[in-house]
Formats: sequence, C-alpha cells, structure tokens
Amino acid sequence: MNAPDAACAPSYVPRPPSRYIVSQKSNLKLMRGNTVVGEAAVRAGCTCYFGYPITPQNQLPEYMSRRLTEVEGGIFIQSESELSAINMVLGASVAGARVMTSSSSPGISLKQEGISFLCGCELPAVIVNMVRGGPGLGNISPAQSDYFQATRGGGHGDYRVVVLAPASCQEVADLTMEAFDIADYYRNPVLILADGMLGQMMEPVTFENYSPREIPEKDYILDGAKNRPSRINRSLILNPQMMEEHNWKLVRKYKTIERNETRYEEFMMDDAKLAVVAYGTAARIAKGAVKRARSDGMRVGLIRPISLWPFPSDIIRKRASKTDLFFVFEMSTGQMVDDVRLALEGRSEVYFHGRPGGIISTPVEVLRIISRQYYQKELGK
Amino acid sequence: MHYCPGCGHSIVTKLIAEVIEEMNMADRTVCIPPAGCAVLTYNYLDVDTSEAAHGRACAVATGIKRVLPDRLVFTYQGDGDMAAIGTAETIHAANRGECFTTIFMNNAVYGMTGGQMAPTTLVGQKTTTSPFGRSVQKEGSPIPISEMIAILNGAVYIERTTVTSVAAVRNTKRAIKKAFTVQMDKLGFTLVEVLSPCPTNWKMTPLKACTWIEEEMTGTYPLGVLKDETAGAPGREAANAD
Ligand SMILES: Cc1ncc(C[n+]2csc(CCOP(=O)(O)OP(=O)(O)O)c2C)c(N)n1
Ligand code: SF4
Repeated sequence: MNAPDAACAPSYVPRPPSRYIVSQKSNLKLMRGNTVVGEAAVRAGCTCYFGYPITPQNQLPEYMSRRLTEVEGGIFIQSESELSAINMVLGASVAGARVMTSSSSPGISLKQEGISFLCGCELPAVIVNMVRGGPGLGNISPAQSDYFQATRGGGHGDYRVVVLAPASCQEVADLTMEAFDIADYYRNPVLILADGMLGQMMEPVTFENYSPREIPEKDYILDGAKNRPSRINRSLILNPQMMEEHNWKLVRKYKTIERNETRYEEFMMDDAKLAVVAYGTAARIAKGAVKRARSDGMRVGLIRPISLWPFPSDIIRKRASKTDLFFVFEMSTGQMVDDVRLALEGRSEVYFHGRPGGIISTPVEVLRIISRQYYQKELGK
Repeated sequence: MHYCPGCGHSIVTKLIAEVIEEMNMADRTVCIPPAGCAVLTYNYLDVDTSEAAHGRACAVATGIKRVLPDRLVFTYQGDGDMAAIGTAETIHAANRGECFTTIFMNNAVYGMTGGQMAPTTLVGQKTTTSPFGRSVQKEGSPIPISEMIAILNGAVYIERTTVTSVAAVRNTKRAIKKAFTVQMDKLGFTLVEVLSPCPTNWKMTPLKACTWIEEEMTGTYPLGVLKDETAGAPGREAANAD
C-alpha cells in the first residue's frame, strides 16, 4: 500500500509550489502579509498548523492547507473552534513538532485558555493575531486594541508570552521565522501581533534573513518512553510549595527573555525633543509623519517597540533625559501608553493620540498633532 | 492512593496498565488525562502522559497522534469532561476518524468537584446541583454521548461496559484491548465507555454503587457493543489512499 506514512492524515494530491510573483532581478517575492506568515513558518520548520477561519487572516490557513502538503510530515487541520485549535497546538508541541496557529481578536480570546496551559507546561508554539476592531464581534478592520490582552495575558495565571509586532511584510517574514526559534529556545509561546492591514498588504519580501539558532535538546517530548523513563507534561501542581517554585522558575525565565529578546527601532532620535512611540501599522504611519515634521525643521523622532513584551522600557527611559515629550500613537483608545508611562516613571511628559474601531489615521493627521504639541510646548527653542 | 474506596477509576487504570503491558506498548504510548478524577492516572501509569485542559483531551490527542501516527494514544475522560465542556472536541475528533482511543468514565456526576450534576446524570438522580433530582423539563435528558458518536463515520468501534463484577471487569479489559488494537490497525476512532461507580458522591457503599449501576444506570445506558465496523474495514490509510 502506497499510503503516506502519516497514518491518519488525509490523502492529498501534491500541488505545484505556490505561485508568487518573483522578481527577475532579485530573490524578492511580492506577497501578502498573511501568506508571508505561512511561508516564513514553513521555512522555519513549522510542520503543523491548526486553526479556525476568521477574517482578516483567512489567507493564512488557506495558504497552509496547500503549502503543508508539500512538507514532509506536514499536518493541517481546520479545527472545529479556536479552543480546539490551540489545544491541538499543545498536543503537537508536546509531541515535538514546530507548530503554529493563527486567528484574529475574537478567536484569540478563545485561545487564551490554551495559551495559559502552554505557558504553565512550558511548551513552545507560535500564535498569530491579525488584530481587528473590538470589543465583541467588532469589525474586520485593522486595530491595535488587543495590546493589553497580548502583553498582560488574557488567560489565567502569572505568565508571559513573547509578543512581536512587525510593521512591514519583510518584518513579518523575519519575525515569524525568529518566533519559532524564540519559542523553542525558551519553551514558551510567542505571539505575532499584527493587524488586518499588515495581513492584507502586499510587499516584496525575501526569506533569506533567517539564521536558525541552536536550540537546546527537547527533553520534554512525549513520544513513548523508549529507552528512557516515562515523562509527564503537566501544569497541575497541587502542592503549594512546588507551585510557588514553578512560578518563580517561570519568572527567572521571563527575566532572561527580557534581557535577551527586547527589540525596538529608533528613527531620528539622536536630537529629538519629541518622540513618537508607536508600533506596527501605527508606527509606519508615524514614520511618515516624523519625516514630514523633520523636513519642516522640527526635532522629532520615532521609537518603535518591536517586542511589546518584553517592552523596551530602558531605551524610553534613557531618552527621557533629552526628549521632553513622548507622543504615544496607537490604533486603540490607549493601551501601550501605560507601558510608556511606566517606563518613564514620571521623567517626561506623555501625550496620547489614538483612534479605535478600525479607523486608520493618516500621516497628515499625526503630523498635525505633532506640530501642535511641538509648538505649544515650545520644543523648538 | 488518590481514588476513593470502590471507585471505578482505580480498576480501569489498572486494566489499562495490564493491556499496555500485554500489548508490549509501554514505550510507545501517550496517555492524555484531562481535569476530573481521571487526571490522577498519571500517578499510576508509567507511560508518557500529557494533561489537557478540562474537555480538551481529544484536541490534544489529535495533535499528538497526527505528529506520532504509530504510537498508542488514548484519552481518559470523565463524563463532565467529555459530554459537557468537551463535547465539540470529542465529536469532531471522532468524526475526523482520529486514530486514538477514548476511555470514557461515565459515573453520572462531576466527581472531582464534589458531585454536581453531569450531562449523564440520570433522570431523578439527586446531585449537589440537582438537589431535587434531575428533571427532564429543567435539565433535559441524560446525553447518550456514545450513541451520538456511534452514528459518525469516523468512529469504528464503540462499546459500553462496566466494572461491577469480576466478569464485567474482564469484559472491560477485553474491550480496551480491542479498542487499542483497532487503533494500532489505524481503522479510526475508538471509544470504550465504562459505567463506573463513584460511591463518594453517590453517597453509597461500593457494593450498593455496583447494584445501582446494574439496576439503574444500565437502563439509561445499555451495555454492549454500540458500533463495530472493524471486521474487514479498510484501514484509514487504505481509505485515504483511494
Ligand atoms: C475550565 C474548567 N472548568 C471547571 C473546572 C473544574 N473541574 C475540574 S474536574 C471537573 C468535573 C469532572 O467531572 P468528570 O469529567 O465527570 O470527571 P470525574 O471527576 O467524575 O471523574 C470540573 C468541573 C476546570 N478544571 N476547568
Ligand atoms: S470522587 Fe468519585 S470518581 Fe473521584 S475518586 Fe472519588 S469515587 Fe472516584
């Protein structure tokens, strides 16, 4: 019988490789953000995808349903719910596979139970949230209103998830590949926090920026106790002392992650009197506004957190000595602004502007606010 | 010992251990016990074991078995777990024909949390949250979850047994062994439902609990093979290779 080895996996007809528009001059491919995630994942060794459809990220599961048939041991399941998907992720992860799931806001809410369990069990996984307008069913427009949920943890318990926020398709590719390594390295879930805009946008990307990390041996995998003692994967620790110990151990791990994995970009910050702090799509808009403000002679810069947890507090605090105003711009009613305030510890003034509900500000709108603040506060002097 | 005296869990856990040993599978097995008294099996089974959140065992098992198709994978779940919070996971895994086994411990109550009403609680049965007895009008009828799963294509072997006598215990062991064997033949989803005493929450002696199962529970949940499509059935591999 010529059946594929993956016994219960559905049969499939292998299809030709997915159709990109490939540039003749370089290895750049023109791809949509959602599919960039998929391709990057596969290139980073992801063999399993589990998910439930939700707009605006559907191109990702669609891509994986086809692409994973081309991968040895590739597994794709459209699950019956997000709850189920994240728990399939847990299963595949504990079986040793590189595994991913994706969704958008309401679906990520459902995944919180599983994320808490992944953290408790210290299992790696990559989770993608293409954020849309909320709360509730909200809408399908790009938003940044899941920041609290992502960085504080929408599930129960003292835990942290590494949160990476790309601002371009290229960064989606780079950070997705990196996410699998970070997840495996620390045995912790990594969340890619993007939004519908990045998911739908098409840009040229290359997948050549990835140099895999050396990952510690996976000594937790459950695959039958052949030639070794049996293992237990659990987060149930009934003894309070041991539970406390487990939590402190997690905290030590989170501290290491804070030291090693904090990422940010600074743009024109050397002499900036006003710093815009923005991430993801909002940072792109802000960058446009900052460039225009500079050409108008204003000393304005941009700090773009790339890892939202760990948050780049140190650099923000450091900049406070020279920068008088921190202007936080988000596609929400103000969530990351709390982290900026915490980082500054009162050292500098903070101003917030945000638009929730899927409305995207224009660079001109942001520039108008920058100018008003800049001249009202007499930062030009 | 974590289980109460006379509890069916300890008997069935032992049976599972015996079957794994007889099949010589101890080094190729992954067990998934989610919340409920079931979770405590990992103290007694010396095999690779992963917990699952309440109700999610079949999703976790799906992930594990898809990655490791030649291992023996089974979930070990209570009725609250499988027929209430985990209904969706269970039904869809069965419907996909996932090649793992579910050992379904039906004790008609939520044991671990202190005897609240389960979807499988009998009509008229008193529990801490149905103090006047379960009524069809208020709480609906007991869910025959195994019968529901039996109508799904992906499920190939489903049997309901009990552990109220030596003969019944032997029969349960045979059923578990058959389910595991069918699983390893990659025929599809297999399920053994065990009507299991919970003397503590039923507030009965172990002996009375066994009589109650035989006289009351089997009326709602008849024993026997609910589905067996294993004879001559093509394996999942063969079916998929068409
Ligand atoms: C999400 C969630 N809700 C509730 C609980 C509490 N809980 C633990 S076990 C259980 C019920 C167990 O009943 P059953 O599945 O019938 O197993 P038994 O203990 O009777 O063997 C509940 C409600 C939990 N652990 N997680
Ligand atoms: S509470 Fe019931 S199911 Fe749980 S161990 Fe005791 S007798 Fe068994």
